Amino acid sequence: MAGVASSEVKKNLKQLGVSPAVIKRVVVALYEAEVNIVAHAYRGVIRVEIAADGIKMVLEDEGPGIPDIGLAMTRGYSTASSTVREMGFGAGMGLPNISENATNFTIESVPGKGTTLSIEVKFS
Amino acid sequence: MEHEGKYRGALQILQEVCIGCSHCIKVCPTQALRVKGGKAHIQREWCIDCGECYRVCPTRAIGVKDDDFKTIFNYTHRVLLVPSLFFAQFEDELPRKVIYDIIGELGFTEVCAVEQSVDTLLEDSNLYVKNATTKPVISSFCPAVIRLIQVKFPSLLENIMKLLPPIEITALFYQKRFERMGITDYGIFYLTPCVGKIAAIKSPVGGYKSPITGVINMDFFYNKVYLAYKQNIPITKRIRINGAISSDGVLFSITGGESKHIEGNTLSIDGMENVIDFLEKLENEEIKGVDFIEIRVCDESCAGGILSFRNRFLTAQSLRNYSAKMPLKHHLTPDYKHYCSPFIDIENIEPRSMVKYDPDLNVALKKMESARKLRELFPGIDCGACGAPTCEALAEDVVKGEARVDACIFLRTILEKRGELTLKEAIEIMEEIWGKERFNNH
Repeated sequence: MAGVASSEVKKNLKQLGVSPAVIKRVVVALYEAEVNIVAHAYRGVIRVEIAADGIKMVLEDEGPGIPDIGLAMTRGYSTASSTVREMGFGAGMGLPNISENATNFTIESVPGKGTTLSIEVKFS
Repeated sequence: MEHEGKYRGALQILQEVCIGCSHCIKVCPTQALRVKGGKAHIQREWCIDCGECYRVCPTRAIGVKDDDFKTIFNYTHRVLLVPSLFFAQFEDELPRKVIYDIIGELGFTEVCAVEQSVDTLLEDSNLYVKNATTKPVISSFCPAVIRLIQVKFPSLLENIMKLLPPIEITALFYQKRFERMGITDYGIFYLTPCVGKIAAIKSPVGGYKSPITGVINMDFFYNKVYLAYKQNIPITKRIRINGAISSDGVLFSITGGESKHIEGNTLSIDGMENVIDFLEKLENEEIKGVDFIEIRVCDESCAGGILSFRNRFLTAQSLRNYSAKMPLKHHLTPDYKHYCSPFIDIENIEPRSMVKYDPDLNVALKKMESARKLRELFPGIDCGACGAPTCEALAEDVVKGEARVDACIFLRTILEKRGELTLKEAIEIMEEIWGKERFNNH
């Protein structure tokens, strides 16, 4: 279920006393990425590493992959079905939104195999 | 382990009454309660004054820091601000005139309907929501919601509507009226259905000082009024009645009473679990396109307040019945607009940090990792036999040096099985948590 990882990460960051503004960026980026796995991939693993200076999140999925990353990074570009859009998702803002909230963001994708997102947010 | 931070709440554990049953530690939404030495203790800076503990306490050991009724006689002019739901505590047939007379006989010189201020407030709220850049706007009505956000959801503080709640606006109305009349010897008292409002009046947020002199416990006052009614006490005193209220005013404190008047996409949420679940989602930005949210921590809103005596559904129903008989507008609305509306803005609300481990992130990380490892040692059944609400909470307490690892009864049994803990030691640990008396005289 999308949202579980971001809620768990959020709880940890709050306990560490990370500033609310930074937590918000982390949670928004991670939640978007989680939704992507649920919406597109068959299965995925999320690895999170928290250090004193920031958080690294690696989301590795087995799925259709992204044929054109540049296009996927364009605001408003979406492959979502009308059903998904009616649910309020699939507006084509996911990857751009992750990119905006991350300090460092990389995508590696092999069409037909899967996608790996690396999202890093620095605490200061 | 009573932590005395600068924040002073409206709840306290009456140590001589507490039997250390641990019911309260299980229901606290911020896990602010622990049992030690056979008694419950509150970690003050985590308490949000919601009163969930009060609800489940079987011995009434959770004390409410209300004001002594006798203090009203320190003033010549004694106004009681009465919420509509006070009248709904009684059977519908009981005329308001009878209740007003008794309130006068008990000592108040004037009585006023609290929700008199909501008609102008709703106008101001609509304007506020329309102009707000941070959406959804969260209502500032329920003080426990504000405190919950301060402690658990600080990133949502900017969503809270920076306008005073109705009680404060009505109190302001009286303060200004007395000022205009040149009267200084007055006391404004509020009859409260919950402890959250006591805390909100005694230690308000948003750079504001309440003109309310004292807070009267509605549960206590209901008994006083009901007794006087049953005893048919003679009425010898006159009371000034300011009962002006609209039908919207009557319904404001029950679920939906606020949100239905706000334009746009609005929601109303009540009940602690629902509220926390929703705020989690809101904080994750999973919820989009909502303009305004009415949020109250009690089920059925204030009709379910902890100092509201009657069944919450019957109370809400009485309010609906009464509302149907009331006019759409009342005659004091222009006065509220003139004398109060310009003064209802409040400042930013500060977070109340829930930093668990250490201000130094490196230290905090190490401690959090230790807590995570400890949690794996514990059984995960959240039995509470250690005095903490969950295994996770115990792990955190151990790391912070506030509990011992063998407080866990499972771990202790393993140690005993291995012969690493004597029966005597095991008993001592149990007594440390639950008090010596518990293990004698059986």
